[in-house]
Amino acid sequence: MSEEEKFDCIIVGAGPAGLSAAITLAKAGVEVAVLERGEYPGAKNVMGGILFTTILDKLLPDFWEKAPVERHITHRRFSLLSKDSEIALDFKTAGYNEPPYNHTWSVLRAKFDRWFAEQVEEAGAMIIPGMMVSELLMDGDRVVGVKTEPGGDELNCDVVISAEGVNSFLAEQAGLRKQHDPAHMAVAVKEVISLPQETIEDRFHLNDSEGCAYEIFGQAVQGTFGSGFVYTNKDSLSIGVGSTIHDMKRHKLNPNDVLEGFKKHPAIAPLVRGAESQEYAAHMIPEGGFHHLPKLTTNGLILTGDAAGLINASHYHEGSNLAMASGVMAAETVIAAKEKGDFSDASLSTYRQKLDDSFVLKDLKKFQNLSKFLNENPHLLRDYPDIISGMLKDYFTISEKPKAVIEKEVMAKFKKEIGIWNIGKDLYKIWRAMR
Amino acid sequence: MKVLVFAEQRAGEFRKAAIEAICAARRLDGDGEVVAVVIGKGIADKAGQLAAYGADKILSIEHDLLDLYSTDGYTTSLQKAVESENPDAVLLAATAMGRDLAPRLGARLDVPVLADVTELSWVDGNLQAVRPVYAGKLMMTVKSNKTPGIATTRPKAFLASEPDQGKTASVTSFDVSLSEDDLKAKVKQIQSEAEGMIELTEADFIVSGGRGMKAAENFTVLEDLAKVLNAAIGASRAAVDSGWRTHSEQVGQTGKVVAPTLYIACGISGAIQHLAGMTSSKVIIAINKDPDAPIFKIADYGIVGDAMEVVPALTEAIKAAK
Amino acid sequence: MNILVCVKHVPDTETAVKIGADGKSIQTQDVNFILNPYDEFALEEALKIKEAKGGEVTLITAGPEEAKKSLRTGLAMGADKAMHILCDESHDSLALAFCLAEGIKDESFDLILCGKQAMDEDNAQVPIMLADKLGLPNISAVIKLEIGDGTATAHREFEGGTEVVETSLPAVISAHKGLNEPRYASLKGIMMAKKKEIKDVSCTCAESGLEILDMAYPPSRAGGRIVGEGTDAVPELVKLLREEAKVI
Ligand SMILES: Cc1cc2nc3c(=O)[nH]c(=O)nc-3n(C[C@H](O)[C@H](O)[C@H](O)COP(=O)(O)OP(=O)(O)OC[C@H]3O[C@@H](n4cnc5c(N)ncnc54)[C@H](O)[C@@H]3O)c2cc1C
Ligand SMILES: Cc1cc2nc3c(=O)[nH]c(=O)nc-3n(C[C@H](O)[C@H](O)[C@H](O)COP(=O)(O)OP(=O)(O)OC[C@H]3O[C@@H](n4cnc5c(N)ncnc54)[C@H](O)[C@@H]3O)c2cc1C
Ligand SMILES: Nc1ncnc2c1ncn2[C@@H]1O[C@H](COP(=O)(O)O)[C@@H](O)[C@H]1O
Repeated sequence: MSEEEKFDCIIVGAGPAGLSAAITLAKAGVEVAVLERGEYPGAKNVMGGILFTTILDKLLPDFWEKAPVERHITHRRFSLLSKDSEIALDFKTAGYNEPPYNHTWSVLRAKFDRWFAEQVEEAGAMIIPGMMVSELLMDGDRVVGVKTEPGGDELNCDVVISAEGVNSFLAEQAGLRKQHDPAHMAVAVKEVISLPQETIEDRFHLNDSEGCAYEIFGQAVQGTFGSGFVYTNKDSLSIGVGSTIHDMKRHKLNPNDVLEGFKKHPAIAPLVRGAESQEYAAHMIPEGGFHHLPKLTTNGLILTGDAAGLINASHYHEGSNLAMASGVMAAETVIAAKEKGDFSDASLSTYRQKLDDSFVLKDLKKFQNLSKFLNENPHLLRDYPDIISGMLKDYFTISEKPKAVIEKEVMAKFKKEIGIWNIGKDLYKIWRAMR
Repeated sequence: MKVLVFAEQRAGEFRKAAIEAICAARRLDGDGEVVAVVIGKGIADKAGQLAAYGADKILSIEHDLLDLYSTDGYTTSLQKAVESENPDAVLLAATAMGRDLAPRLGARLDVPVLADVTELSWVDGNLQAVRPVYAGKLMMTVKSNKTPGIATTRPKAFLASEPDQGKTASVTSFDVSLSEDDLKAKVKQIQSEAEGMIELTEADFIVSGGRGMKAAENFTVLEDLAKVLNAAIGASRAAVDSGWRTHSEQVGQTGKVVAPTLYIACGISGAIQHLAGMTSSKVIIAINKDPDAPIFKIADYGIVGDAMEVVPALTEAIKAAK
Repeated sequence: MNILVCVKHVPDTETAVKIGADGKSIQTQDVNFILNPYDEFALEEALKIKEAKGGEVTLITAGPEEAKKSLRTGLAMGADKAMHILCDESHDSLALAFCLAEGIKDESFDLILCGKQAMDEDNAQVPIMLADKLGLPNISAVIKLEIGDGTATAHREFEGGTEVVETSLPAVISAHKGLNEPRYASLKGIMMAKKKEIKDVSCTCAESGLEILDMAYPPSRAGGRIVGEGTDAVPELVKLLREEAKVI
């Protein structure tokens, strides 16, 4: 390709990270091309989820008026399943019914990403779908472009932003990361199942465009270190389960069977009754957290989003907003580098500083010990649900036994099976892990 | 009201689908007149048999230049017949020939054509039809606001009634003048398929194989089953693109749309583009080693297993049962 | 050779098409549209002829503004330039053929290639009607094409065989699957396509003689049952075919 075809910046991947970087660059007049291997942005991310939109709102103010979002989330629920029971913390508020709707939306990525990409194109970035980056072009230790498939064409640039998601081959090629360690990877399977809009609103007690997000632990994933979820879209539900690969292996489980089991659980079955499967996909999630972040830059390359391992795997389940925030910061770093005419690692490493100073790495730091802790204390998710629900069941079971006797028996069981000391210790440890 | 039907024949044989079109016209028309038009060479003798299916009148257009199908020769002939008969509707079978001829005729008469319809009705003097669109994902009800209403009828969508041999009709020959120069595109040669091959779109039974058959030679087990059932062989695009079968055998969105009584899918996953070609089959059997293959979602009966083992067993069992 | 390729912007074949609010059209809002796959065969053939004999390949589409995307796809594959007729009509093949004929009335082509059918409403009529409007011969649904000196020889399938058809040029020829294997657009092609010309051609569309009254979903097939596993299930299957389905 002729010299004039050189771009300032090439972004690999049109997910939330890549698109946020692209729109920021395009608005600043930087010549940017986004290469996406899917037939269109979102094609490879068919599934739904919760999109957190603090960043998006800054990039595209009042986006909800035009974007294909499904529902704003006013109802959150965290629960623990035992074999036949559920204990839940359930929170609903009409307070989230006002703009900016608590920055929490259910979306279907295939629709949302495509729309987002259109806005990015309008801002002046070139988006090239159906094109996979197969390799980084190097000049010594400097990344100077990419090679693409099909066709094997090469494209040059000053800096590459990798926003290629979890299977970050480019980061590997650049030597920033080693192959994924299964201990820090979760595998998730998701399904979108359709239900009539009225059924969803009746079944989940929702007004109009309100939505809910259920995160479910314990038996949802057969006691493994992970969780299940149910999110409401307009006329479908996103339902799925995810656990660490390590734990799945240990329990000899396959994610597909876990999802099927989850859908049949007596607490979940009535929610999904009569729904028809629309789409199904499996995906990996990098859950190494703060401890396992790779080096995020090298000469001419920046890692963002999942490719950088920026996932908050705590009960918040955030990835999309970390991806968007990192995309924007990567773009800002590139803009500054362009002004200096310096795309070396030293110049780009201000990116890490920006992340450190923002919620992205502050949050990852806060939860850095949680996953390790839960991994080391498998009984928390495996045994507590059964014990606690067993006690509650005893407590609420109606019989002719005097209540005082019941209370005594429940307390006795509690002391025997958990012990005041242990639960206190566990609670303290959880609190420590989340600090 | 009057319906004119183009009664397609090749080598003196009327197509099943053409008979179905006559029956469709008969049902559509009630007491009105059904005129069958036969175009070719040396076919007038056979034209009389169309009466048994409901033709009240038969026009036979014969010419040396009409021996083989040509868009120009056949369009001119049919157009003349339409102009002389002034029908309210014109029906053709949606075969390779009908789907080539009808649009030309429509363009000449400046009326639209309802293509590949599965239902027909007559509403307030207009021809109305239901036609599958988006590869059968939707059914469109559409009306022609011009006269005559022209439609091509999808093979097997309209039932052929039992012939009533008691019925007769006059066969009138109808002359058109044609010269070599009128035929701009001419058939130079016809390469016929092997004798005894059953045409996919007309078959009552189809045994179809996909990538799961793994090799061209493995299709012999499907051919054995097809022999026992008197079935045609079909294939998925994957099997065709692998070079195991010919394009003419491909079933699906970029192949043929079939509607047999029984469709047996062997080693076919059930991609949406394949389903587009076969979901109107009456009974579907799927043989696939993957219990989660989408084909099982639409199949009436499924066997999870290796097609190379199950199919031969099925062939034997059906032989024994016959 | 100066070749025109007619292309249409249609929903991706993977799309689960949904009926629109008016009950007569489809929801287009979240649908991915692509260059009609049959038109890729037509374009591939045009590019091959151009490579062999020289000349120019022009694309044309009649459709909404977004249809330009499919023109870009075609340009990226290697077409030289493109024409766009802005028009809302997409149902009546006759009106579309009229529109296309009007759109090219100032141009001349040695060959017009189309797809066999557009994978939206599956009409398979525009090429043939267009040929008539232009007073040209047509050969529809071809699986093999040879271009001679002012002539074309094509193979087309019918139920039971293949016809070898010869015509003088110019002619309208529509492509069936099997004609060739369409190429992928390369990155270079995509980048170059962004710079190629798309000419807007205005034309008043003919009034449609068709009226769409309704769209409906076909009756869905109730999922059947797995009879069993392996050869053991065969006797039960045969029994069901005889006694329940009554097909053998
Ligand atoms: C089951 C599941 C549920 C989740 N739920 C939530 C949730 O509810 N809320 C939330 O905030 N987060 C959630 N996440 C996490 C969230 O999906 C990710 O954090 C987020 O998508 C990361 O964005 P990204 O842009 O970094 O990568 P991605 O969204 O993965 O995008 C990467 C893009 O790059 C493309 N690509 C990859 N390689 C190449 C290549 N070589 N060449 C060209 N293109 C390439 C891909 O096709 C893809 O489009 C969930 C994840 C999973 C798996
Ligand atoms: C525009 C477009 C048009 C298309 N048109 C068509 C079309 O007209 N027709 C069509 O068919 N496709 C069409 N396709 C392709 C379609 O998407 C699929 O790729 C194709 O149908 C797959 O064929 P298959 O089921 O044979 O192969 P696969 O999807 O690979 O499935 C093979 C199946 O065989 C099973 N199997 C493997 N080994 C065995 C064994 N020993 N015994 C039993 N089962 C076994 C596997 O479990 C699997 O389910 C089209 C695609 C596009 C994009
Ligand atoms: N709106 C259009 N613009 C350009 N070409 C078209 C259009 N509609 C149909 N065609 C061409 O005609 C072929 C058959 O389309 P159809 O008759 O609609 O099934 C397509 O494959 C295209 O090559």
